[in-house]
Amino acid sequence: MSDERAARRLGASGWRLLVVAVFVVSLMATLLGRLYTVQVVGAEGYEAAAATNRVREIVTPAVRGLVLDDQGRPLISNRSALVVSVSRTQLIDSPDDGKELIHRLADLLGQPFDQVWGRTQLCGTVGAPKAPACFNGAPYQPVPVAEDVAPRVALQIMERQEDFPGVTAELQAVRAIPRPLGVNAAHLLGYLGPVTEDELKASSQAARDGRTELQRTDLVGRAGLEAQYDTALRGTPGITRVGVDIRGRVTDELSSTPPVPGNYLVTNIDAKVQRAAEKALSDAIHSARKRIDRGTGRPLKADSGAAVVLDVRTGGVVAMASYPTYDPRIWLGGITTKQLASLTDESAGTPLVPRATQGQFPPASTFKVISLPAAVQSGYDLHGTYQCGSSYQVGSRAFHNYESEAYGRIDLHRAIVVSCDTIFYKFAYETWLRLGGLAAKSDAKDPFVHMAQAFGLGRKTGIDLPDDGSGRIPDRAWKKAYWQQTKDYYCAKAKTGFPEVADSDPSRARYLTQLSKENCTTGYQFRAGDEANFSIGQGDVSVTPLQLALVYAAIANGGTLWTPHVGKAVMSPSGQLVSTVKPVKAGTVPVHKDVLRFLQKALRGVVTSGTGAGAFAGFPVPVSGKTGTGEVYGKQATSWFASYAPSDKPQYAVVVVVSQGGTGASTSAPAVRKIYDTLFGVKGGAVVPKAAAQPGAHPPAALPVVRPDGRLQTPEGPVAANEGLPDARRSTVPRQAS
Amino acid sequence: MTDWWVRWTGTRARRARAHGGVLTRLDWVLLVAAVVLSVLGALLVWSATRRSSGDLFLTKHLVNLVIGLVLGAAVSLVDYRGLRAYVPVLYVVSIAGLVAVLTPLGSTINGSHSWIVLPAGFSVQPSEFAKVALVVALALILSEKRDVEDRPRHVDVLLALVVAAVPLGLVMLQPDLGSALVLIALLLGVVTVSGAPARWLVGLLLIGAVGVGVAATTDLLDTYQKDRLTAFADPHADPRGIGYQTRQVRIAIGSGGVEGEGLFHGSQTQGGFVPYQQTDFVFSVAGEELGFVGSSLLLVLQAVVLWRGLVVAHRAEELFGRLVAVGVVCWFTFQVFENIGMNLGIMPVTGLPLPFVSYGGSSMFASWLAIGLLQNVHLGMSARTR
Repeated sequence: MSDERAARRLGASGWRLLVVAVFVVSLMATLLGRLYTVQVVGAEGYEAAAATNRVREIVTPAVRGLVLDDQGRPLISNRSALVVSVSRTQLIDSPDDGKELIHRLADLLGQPFDQVWGRTQLCGTVGAPKAPACFNGAPYQPVPVAEDVAPRVALQIMERQEDFPGVTAELQAVRAIPRPLGVNAAHLLGYLGPVTEDELKASSQAARDGRTELQRTDLVGRAGLEAQYDTALRGTPGITRVGVDIRGRVTDELSSTPPVPGNYLVTNIDAKVQRAAEKALSDAIHSARKRIDRGTGRPLKADSGAAVVLDVRTGGVVAMASYPTYDPRIWLGGITTKQLASLTDESAGTPLVPRATQGQFPPASTFKVISLPAAVQSGYDLHGTYQCGSSYQVGSRAFHNYESEAYGRIDLHRAIVVSCDTIFYKFAYETWLRLGGLAAKSDAKDPFVHMAQAFGLGRKTGIDLPDDGSGRIPDRAWKKAYWQQTKDYYCAKAKTGFPEVADSDPSRARYLTQLSKENCTTGYQFRAGDEANFSIGQGDVSVTPLQLALVYAAIANGGTLWTPHVGKAVMSPSGQLVSTVKPVKAGTVPVHKDVLRFLQKALRGVVTSGTGAGAFAGFPVPVSGKTGTGEVYGKQATSWFASYAPSDKPQYAVVVVVSQGGTGASTSAPAVRKIYDTLFGVKGGAVVPKAAAQPGAHPPAALPVVRPDGRLQTPEGPVAANEGLPDARRSTVPRQAS
Repeated sequence: MTDWWVRWTGTRARRARAHGGVLTRLDWVLLVAAVVLSVLGALLVWSATRRSSGDLFLTKHLVNLVIGLVLGAAVSLVDYRGLRAYVPVLYVVSIAGLVAVLTPLGSTINGSHSWIVLPAGFSVQPSEFAKVALVVALALILSEKRDVEDRPRHVDVLLALVVAAVPLGLVMLQPDLGSALVLIALLLGVVTVSGAPARWLVGLLLIGAVGVGVAATTDLLDTYQKDRLTAFADPHADPRGIGYQTRQVRIAIGSGGVEGEGLFHGSQTQGGFVPYQQTDFVFSVAGEELGFVGSSLLLVLQAVVLWRGLVVAHRAEELFGRLVAVGVVCWFTFQVFENIGMNLGIMPVTGLPLPFVSYGGSSMFASWLAIGLLQNVHLGMSARTR
């Protein structure tokens, strides 16, 4: 082959080589162009994507704030508990997914393997148990597997790190209920529960408005003050931003914000008064059970009750007790299903229901402080005299005095003091007739209904607690609505009769059938009897103990109806005021000053010479009040005593009610007296000023004092804010070196 | 023993006398570009693996480079007779390797049955050497058996196709789609430049188009290969699988920006977010840590190698040399385009290493053998006319 030919051949392939070259150049140019687009033009988007890819936030929970009484006693605080956590990274890195490690750990903790293993599994992943047995936190956070372990166990874990790699035992804050002076206050304090999915969603919405975002592992208030003041108590969790690799291993720390501990809630509750109220209520109920009910001839059942102590000048709740109650510590560390069932068990009196704010009881004679100004408003002379017979004819039916007693012609002062019902029946019946009797369609002009509503009855009080009952004011509109709901039942019963009752008690069956017929056909009518019953707080009228306390506070303070509040102020862990819970007026009752003064004198008269005289004989502080004995169909009487003191310069309103507790004078009035003993420091028939629960027998104006060492100043001496935990006031918390 | 040494040195001496020293006549631009790429590759491989394996991969990459340089040097100095004599041997050995992969000797690594694992932690990927073998085999067939015509005879082209079809089929059986495409690319290039009749080219292109169509619509491809193709079309389709890989790769490259995050400081790379980063996705390390500045330099260096290859082809004294050079250029071009293209998300993921840069002995050796071939042609070692 010659050079010439070879050259020729090369020449022929030359242009094809050019084609290859063009291909090469265009492909390389394409790559360069694409590289420029990705790295220079679109870099920002990818940088953001890279950031979310590898930055994780580790949440250090904030220590929740304390709930204090008015003098600094912690009602809810925190203590330290040893929490054992497992690093998920450690498990992932193990060849057997860490099963052997968890086996060892479960043996040491004395828990079944499945339980500990389940807690390390992320909720929603394959093989994970259902919440709350799984881990609800983020994949890169250590998983707490056991809380409140013994120090001996924690020591073993820390000393044998070669056996327990990635397992830590750390002190963490858990909620504590110190129960100062033995207070219970279960219904006030409330409890915490795990955050729900809906709350998480709502909170991430709120976080966009700049508020604190809830974390998956957070506990939130579920009842009582814990729920009501949740945001104030919660604080802000610390956020540590860390860089992580593909397996979630932490590679470096980017930034760290320490947690800000939650603020303290100072309440108007005084532990000493609270304790006294709880004890007085419980004692009254237990002693009542030993007495025979005159009406039924059986021992009093005294199934439930409540006691409320208000500051009449502000509406502050100084004490509020409900019976039956339960140990508030039942909620700490998670309640069992069995325990929860016992709280809602009807045969045990459903201890979960806060009777003070949600119990509904007929106010009976205590309601006369509303009926009297209503009667005066509708034209009856305040200073006139009226016939108090043993019974009063309302239409076709005679309404009797309590035990059919007769007092002759008396004035209204005496009518209150001796608790005459028939005078009020007369007022009611005559008013009912004047309004048009059955023909009256509207409640607008009814003075009794109007006055009851003006005193805040029939609606929620607006108290700073999640449970707030409204009671019932059975006016014409209510009767109609109620009839709509029940007429089908009554109409059916009117036809079938009561064969099950007829066998044993034919007359009672006839009565029930007759009643059903009436309810079926005319149940919507607001009859004369309804008005009469209304005037003495009977029939379908019901109030909560808190509502009645507010009524008596309004009479005592000259007519101001307060919105009650348990909270007094929010302060920082170092004692600085953050915000005050200001007293809010719910209204001023439309009662003339003269009428109020008349009522105040009458209520004082009840205690000096009337139905309350027996219970308060020899009591050194002037008390004004009213007994009430409410009748409930098929049950024993409801015992009331509603009061305020001192009569000349009112400070406190105290109400006690005991369901099926007999007369107000015999059961509730003595209980109220015992509460006043504590409030004023009454010992052996004399006032010992130093023994008063609140210094000077009025609620303290100043906030509790936080000592320089972080402890709280209380009347019983300094108390640690958080048992066994670092000082919550320090803004920086020592962190483990990473 | 001294026999081959005398021949080697004798050859060198002869050529040195005729045209000056071999060292002075080497294509230094080509050599330096390939060495810089290899060293840059060592750094990138190190960066991607130092957290998990320390210096292990760095050392192995540099050892591979040294072996590659020796192999390249040897090839560049083989004379005409030697090279042509070795072609059938090389071809048969590489075919044997490809067959061995399909026997129980072969191993599956990362979903591809392409390796033969040797004792002492070594493994060989015969498809890499098949590329070298096919380059020289095709060049030989299409440049030798001619008489008077300027163009290869039909029978030569047919023989070339048969010679290419054997390794192509074996590679497809592994299955290694990427290597198969490289073989097709270099076949097309060599046949084009050989001066084969245009109808052959048209025919080949038609067959290729039909092949792609068949592959996409039938079960000829394995599911994993189809997965990769779908993931290419929609990276969000499978965020934890292949789509996840490509997305992580693109985040890494994109977040590098113009200047990069600095060697050893790329958080995607150091965090291990990119799978197979020292091999198929080594370009993303450059993208993230060296930025546009560094990664475009890497791209330019690859382009320099291709440019020098084209120059070698253009200046070749003989068709054989030109076809060898064109084969190498087409092989590298396709492999660089496919590898960087899949890193940048404009090509489907097929698992091809980036020449010189990706970690892997077989790839490194094959690449340096190719450089050796280019130098050989450049030096005129294999030309019959001196």
